[in-house]
Amino acid sequence: MKTGGQILWECLEREGVTHVFGYPGGAILPAYDALKHSKIHHVLVRHEQGAAHMADGYARASGRVGVAIATSGPGATNLVTGIATAMLDSSPIVCITGQVGSKLIGSDAFQEVDITGITLPITKHNYLVTHAGELARTLREAFYVARSGRPGPVLVDITKDAQQSFCEFDWESAKPQLPGYRPNLSPAPKEYEQALKLIHNAKRPVILLGHGAIVSGAMREVRDLVEDSGIPVALTLLGLGALPASHPLNLGMMGMHGEAWVNHTIQEADLLIALGMRFDDRVTGNLKTYAPNAKKIHVEIDPAEINKNVKVDVALVGDLRDVLRELLPKIESVDRHEWLDFIDRLKGDSAVRDIQNLPDSGHLYAAHVINDLWRETRGSNTTVVTDVGQHQMWEAQYYKHEEARSLITSGGLGTMGFALPAAIGAKVARPETDVWVVVGDGGFQMTMAELATIVQEKLKVNIAIINNGYLGMVRQWQEFFYESNYQATPLLNPNFAKVAQAYGIRGETVTQRSQVVPAVQSARQYGGPVLIDFQVEQEDTVYPMVAAGAALHEMIRRPSPIVETSADE
Amino acid sequence: MLNTFVVYVENKPGVLTRVASLFRRRAFNIDSLTVGRTEKPEVSRMTITVDADQDQARRIEANLYKLVNVLLVENITAEPTIVRDLAMIKVAATQAARSHVLELAGVFRGRVVDVAPESLIIEITGDEDKIDGLLEVLQPYGVLEMVRTGIVAMRRGSKCSTVVSSGNSMSQTSGDDDGDGVQYSV
Repeated sequence: MKTGGQILWECLEREGVTHVFGYPGGAILPAYDALKHSKIHHVLVRHEQGAAHMADGYARASGRVGVAIATSGPGATNLVTGIATAMLDSSPIVCITGQVGSKLIGSDAFQEVDITGITLPITKHNYLVTHAGELARTLREAFYVARSGRPGPVLVDITKDAQQSFCEFDWESAKPQLPGYRPNLSPAPKEYEQALKLIHNAKRPVILLGHGAIVSGAMREVRDLVEDSGIPVALTLLGLGALPASHPLNLGMMGMHGEAWVNHTIQEADLLIALGMRFDDRVTGNLKTYAPNAKKIHVEIDPAEINKNVKVDVALVGDLRDVLRELLPKIESVDRHEWLDFIDRLKGDSAVRDIQNLPDSGHLYAAHVINDLWRETRGSNTTVVTDVGQHQMWEAQYYKHEEARSLITSGGLGTMGFALPAAIGAKVARPETDVWVVVGDGGFQMTMAELATIVQEKLKVNIAIINNGYLGMVRQWQEFFYESNYQATPLLNPNFAKVAQAYGIRGETVTQRSQVVPAVQSARQYGGPVLIDFQVEQEDTVYPMVAAGAALHEMIRRPSPIVETSADE
Repeated sequence: MLNTFVVYVENKPGVLTRVASLFRRRAFNIDSLTVGRTEKPEVSRMTITVDADQDQARRIEANLYKLVNVLLVENITAEPTIVRDLAMIKVAATQAARSHVLELAGVFRGRVVDVAPESLIIEITGDEDKIDGLLEVLQPYGVLEMVRTGIVAMRRGSKCSTVVSSGNSMSQTSGDDDGDGVQYSV
């Protein structure tokens, strides 16, 4: 006989869990009491939101299921932002929450909240467990649902009495019973034929590569497809790394802050081959004018994504890697030099407008910091975890990701405060990897309490704050669309280096471009965590930009030093 | 257009909330939803009618399948079906009007299930148009109270849906795929 609490940890161990991220409290105490018998390492966070982001970062860095644990009531509600973040980016996490005793449910007991009700629309599935006997099967189901098909968060709410009571534990007989759950669909032969016909008839095809490639582990197959077919690739933010940035057919990121010529390529295409991406509004711009002359093939594991935003001609519903393996033997090599030359011409004066090539004005630009960080860390095993805002877009533009899972960022939900805790999760998942947090001064302050977690866990995490004294992306929108009316965007910040030092973390401040490389080099060599406060140009702008609701080819571009235009086409 | 879905779900607490929440979340307006037991105790059956075009209807179907507790979804809008709604109508029936009301109920094959000095309760089963028709002719006498169950629907003929709830498979016997939707073969 075992208690529900003991069964919980034993099930987690059997699911391969080695680390959990959590915060104790009254209704989860019986489970914590049983922790002493477990081999699982518990990372004590400073806020439950951090626990959920850490589990998420752990999952994204490793592909394994991340686990967060919290108590009832406020502990559970603090997980909500992290759960929604994982949901929007299809990240497999399991959240365990304590719940008041089953007899008290519905009585508004102390720290009682209906967390299964609250998280219904932001979990892939959730459970309320009121008996210890249900625990093993429920947890097995939770892990299976979280990681299979299109991954996502699953929450298991366990009443205090279910944690305390005794029952027989039999892992083998507690098999998942999910008669309605079908994670693995596969396309019909006819649909493959239709797709191949479109691919072989296309003169101006583009592959749109998304997060699904990484989740499915289809990097090899994607590369084979690209090389066998000679079709160029544009990537979503979460797809970065799925094909090496240095690959000659990798055009780079598309969408709101993608390179102008990448978006032009999509608009000029006669075939879009969407692989594991969902035509988010940030990559399509105005749907009415999106790729008007292109047929569309959509390879996607989630049938609910088909025809959701963009009407497609052929849908291949299934796991991307399986689908590509089916397609690859039938892909014919076609001479595409005309199309590729055309794309090359679309680049126009982009290189001239690139901030890297502008003469040194004595200012420190965020793009310089990120580009220098990339130059210093390229070729090494480095994962960058970004927050949300301008720095995130500059990172996507100027850090050239060669490997899958080397960029971790909140895409769909755009959660400020994500980076620091997610980086902790990533470092725990892959300790051999150098982890750099790239975060704005606004987002950093949302979850900077987790600096203490870094210290307590003795983690080597490097933090680059891109400090411009503003909520920069919001300021940029105010500049463009609200007549520079900077309401509530200027930030009065603490001395971040001193904040770090107060936690026992090496902290320093960089204000000159010449200091960037030495600071990065020194941080990499230092044995412990380092925080660098890069005080960059305050009113800098992310270019190019497709305004919300504008057509994908209508971009606001960085003024050219040669041809002075603030916007073209 | 109004689409009719038959949805088989696991008979578990909270499943109705999940289904209802899905329609709210994806901004589809439910016209009618009924739920009840089936020939299998572990399975409940819902009949849901919702205003949606063809693309939306496919997305509703796909989204319903994303719910872990949903076993089988069928859009039976285009198929020959028996559709039934049940209403109880409490209608004012004074001495003078009583015989007229009884006559109308008879024409519509309604049954009188309660008689009081000033009123009657008429029970009527049928498709929604038939019930709407009876209501219309009863209005002049004074409809005091009315309740309807919402529709339940079943395909005509021998074609039927089978939910195999033991094991991980679902099948639709003698089902014919029209070929232009998303396939759910396992």
